[in-house]
Amino acid sequence: MQHYSRVGAAFDAIVIGAGVVGACCAHYLSAAGASVAVLDRGWVAGGTTGAGEGNILVSDKQPGAELELALLSNRLWRELGSQLGEAIELELKGGLVVAASASALEALQSLARAQRACGVETVPVAGPELAESEPHISARLCGGILYPEDMQVQPMLAAAHLLAAARRRGAELRTGCEVTEISRGSDGRVTGVRTSAGSFSAPVVVNAAGTWGGAVAALAGSALPILPRRGFIVVTEPLEPLIRHKVYTAEYVANVASSDEGLEVSTVVEGTRAGTVLIGATRERVGFDRSVSWEAIGRIVAGAITVFPFLAEARALRTYSGFRPYCPDHLPVIGPDPRVPGLIHACGHEGAGIGLAAASGLVVAQLATGRPTELPLHPFAVDRFDEMSVRG
Amino acid sequence: MATAEHPVDLAVIGAGPAGLAASITASEAGLSVLVLDMAERIGGQYWRHQQDETTERGDRSHRHGWSTFVGLRTSFDAHVRAGRIAHRASHTVWSVERAGALFRVHAIGGERDRLRYLAHARAVLVATGAHDRQLPFPGWTLPGVMAGGGAQSLLKGSGVAPGRRAVVAGTGPFLLPVADTLLMAGVNVVEVVEANAPLRMLGAPAAIPAGLVKLPEAAGYARRLREHRVRVSTAQAVVAASGQERLSAVTVARVDERWRVVAGTEREVRCDLLTVGFGFTPQVELALAAGCETGIGSDGSLVVSTDSAGRTSVPGVYAAGETTGVGGADLALLEGRLCGAAVIQDLRGGAATGRGGRAGVGERIERRARRRALEARRRSLLSFAAAVNGVFSIKPGWEEWLDPETLICRCEEVPYARIRTALDELGAGDARTVKLLARPGMGLCQGRICGAAVARLVASRRTAGEAGSGASVGFSLASGAAQEDLIALSRRPLGSPVPLSHLAAFDTRIPPAADPPGPGKAGDRPDPVKCGDPPDAGGAGDPPDPGEADAGPTLGECGV
Repeated sequence: MQHYSRVGAAFDAIVIGAGVVGACCAHYLSAAGASVAVLDRGWVAGGTTGAGEGNILVSDKQPGAELELALLSNRLWRELGSQLGEAIELELKGGLVVAASASALEALQSLARAQRACGVETVPVAGPELAESEPHISARLCGGILYPEDMQVQPMLAAAHLLAAARRRGAELRTGCEVTEISRGSDGRVTGVRTSAGSFSAPVVVNAAGTWGGAVAALAGSALPILPRRGFIVVTEPLEPLIRHKVYTAEYVANVASSDEGLEVSTVVEGTRAGTVLIGATRERVGFDRSVSWEAIGRIVAGAITVFPFLAEARALRTYSGFRPYCPDHLPVIGPDPRVPGLIHACGHEGAGIGLAAASGLVVAQLATGRPTELPLHPFAVDRFDEMSVRG
Repeated sequence: MATAEHPVDLAVIGAGPAGLAASITASEAGLSVLVLDMAERIGGQYWRHQQDETTERGDRSHRHGWSTFVGLRTSFDAHVRAGRIAHRASHTVWSVERAGALFRVHAIGGERDRLRYLAHARAVLVATGAHDRQLPFPGWTLPGVMAGGGAQSLLKGSGVAPGRRAVVAGTGPFLLPVADTLLMAGVNVVEVVEANAPLRMLGAPAAIPAGLVKLPEAAGYARRLREHRVRVSTAQAVVAASGQERLSAVTVARVDERWRVVAGTEREVRCDLLTVGFGFTPQVELALAAGCETGIGSDGSLVVSTDSAGRTSVPGVYAAGETTGVGGADLALLEGRLCGAAVIQDLRGGAATGRGGRAGVGERIERRARRRALEARRRSLLSFAAAVNGVFSIKPGWEEWLDPETLICRCEEVPYARIRTALDELGAGDARTVKLLARPGMGLCQGRICGAAVARLVASRRTAGEAGSGASVGFSLASGAAQEDLIALSRRPLGSPVPLSHLAAFDTRIPPAADPPGPGKAGDRPDPVKCGDPPDAGGAGDPPDPGEADAGPTLGECGV
């Protein structure tokens, strides 16, 4: 990689974080003609992006602001997929949410009705017909909903190729470059950043630091209540492609929306281009603890075998963990920081960061270049937490 | 046996020289020992043998240190018969984790790994040895190209000769025993190709490793190579292998001191077997997953860091033999003995003595003298190993042998070009990101084969990038891999592939298949085990049968 020595140079915007959200911000900023520097203390996609499954989902969103954002993002990812091509391994595979009990199926169907009213495509699948969508699925399931719009992308490749595209338009990528200070002028406005590799100046700084977004906000004297929520993924040996969709159980939606500190488990199973099967998803608030929990892993694997019995015979090759950037109300923080003019946040996407990255990047670019945003951003506003604490 | 209620004192993973020496030492002092090993028979890679060789009359003339092994095996078998050592053959340990004051050792075994096995131990020794270190080159994935150690174990284990006309290539003293084993099996070894030039060192006497030329093993091998008129080439390398369906020839070229091909020196050598080896990679994943600190060994490999007695940075976890640095069987034996003594001392609070008695002053003095002598011998073997490793180190020029389409990772079929794209265009600068973007090391072997090469490719690119940003130009001599890259390629929370049905059994909401016997429940604080207790909960004198499914209270064998 080339590292130009443009330290001290002025940019239109500096993006902190070379994960998928930062990459999308850089992509849309540079596409709008802005000069951008992307800074990361590690390498590209080294944080939560590098630990994700690559979900681009509308199925797990409750009607409301996040679903609107997800629908916009879904459309944008399709565009990105056709621009970037095979390299990012975007698969329009569709999601299949299954229910093991009649009551779970009823709740799922009512959610689907509400989602349909918001423009989500939903296809009810009766129990006996599940096998037509997924030939190897357990016969014991009651039924489910097919979400044809759900997609999967290889998130690390997506981030890297979006950054490469931005660099072809003149954006600068600085890895191994840790931001140590967000500089502000006498009027309080952001003027740039100081880093372990020198200073950069820009009137706009984008906080796309994911799970570490709170620490970046603190550098500017602001605050964000972002906490890590650990998840494990188990990866099998490469298998014949026996799983067509992203398949998950109805509890997943409930767990995504829950704030419990303890271990929460739902079953998420999907195949990848490489032939491996990814099995998730656990949610635990245990800080940045990477130690392996066989109990948590045992539960997701048991769940996966319940949905796809043939998996009992498959072998796991590896497991890994990641830290979702979790906000108390499960919504990301997207928008300008009223306390720090020039600072724009785009972080705290919890487990939906890959899916919501495209829309987040687009609205950040619109904000930074003074254009109206595609969507109202008040549900994602930074100061909503101040109100929460006032109310609390 | 070895349950949370009745843990063993020491679980030894690996029954090679280090593991055998440690388990016998610990067992002689009355500790209960469980030995888990992947192979059917003890001995490790070094003393791998066929069933018929275990008789006293088998032909073992070609086996170095065989009498040492026979001695170890006699004591080992006696301890097993006495119930002091339990031997789990054909079991693969995939995780070691701390559980309160104990360690849980998870293993699989049996046909298609259907047997699930869990043991509890107060201390764990990781003596998992090393495997061949590979470097890719054009054609290395052709049938007929094998790792040197792989070819040797095939011969030692099954007696099957993998070819008729062989070239033995790579670097290091191990090329000689590989050639020797092939000759003994009747294979026509046409050439031994050593990429380094150990004899060049003769021009610089200070650099001659003490004892290298006196090594009796080496002398014996050299004599046999001469007898068979095997050509030995140094400062040359097999830089390509070719053939249609399988190997039919290799390209040998002269290389400079950085292993860059000297143009015009390429020649073809016909063969149907090529063994390659560039030293060894210690198997450190279990120690790494247990949280042990690592370092870089004298051969550039990732090794488990220990004190002189094998204690790792994690109290209760020990490492000995090649896992702590490649140094040969003699060093591994010595480290195993030292480590066994350290376990005794640590578990007993300093009173290491025979069969539970108390040591007198005289005995303690004698024992200390013995330990000091062992430690002095270890230091001397270590410095010898370091000198040998220095002579036979990997040089950066091998990267120039690669074509863009040469596979670096054969499991995931990742060509050299894709790794360069990740490094040069996609923003990867460390092994972890290269893995994420190009997938080397993500396949079945989890980086065991390609890890050393990928870490070196990353390091050389990073060095070149640093040189490019500074004023200096030219190829950096810093060819070694960085520790963080080697860790990224060696980190395997699952030490081997594990059937999902076994992992699912950790779901505590599912009732265990076997009804848990015994008064205690999992999670209760285990009773301290009296020193000298036999390892088997079944009682003294019951020889543990490795083939039998013995259901433990926390987890039964769940053979389907």
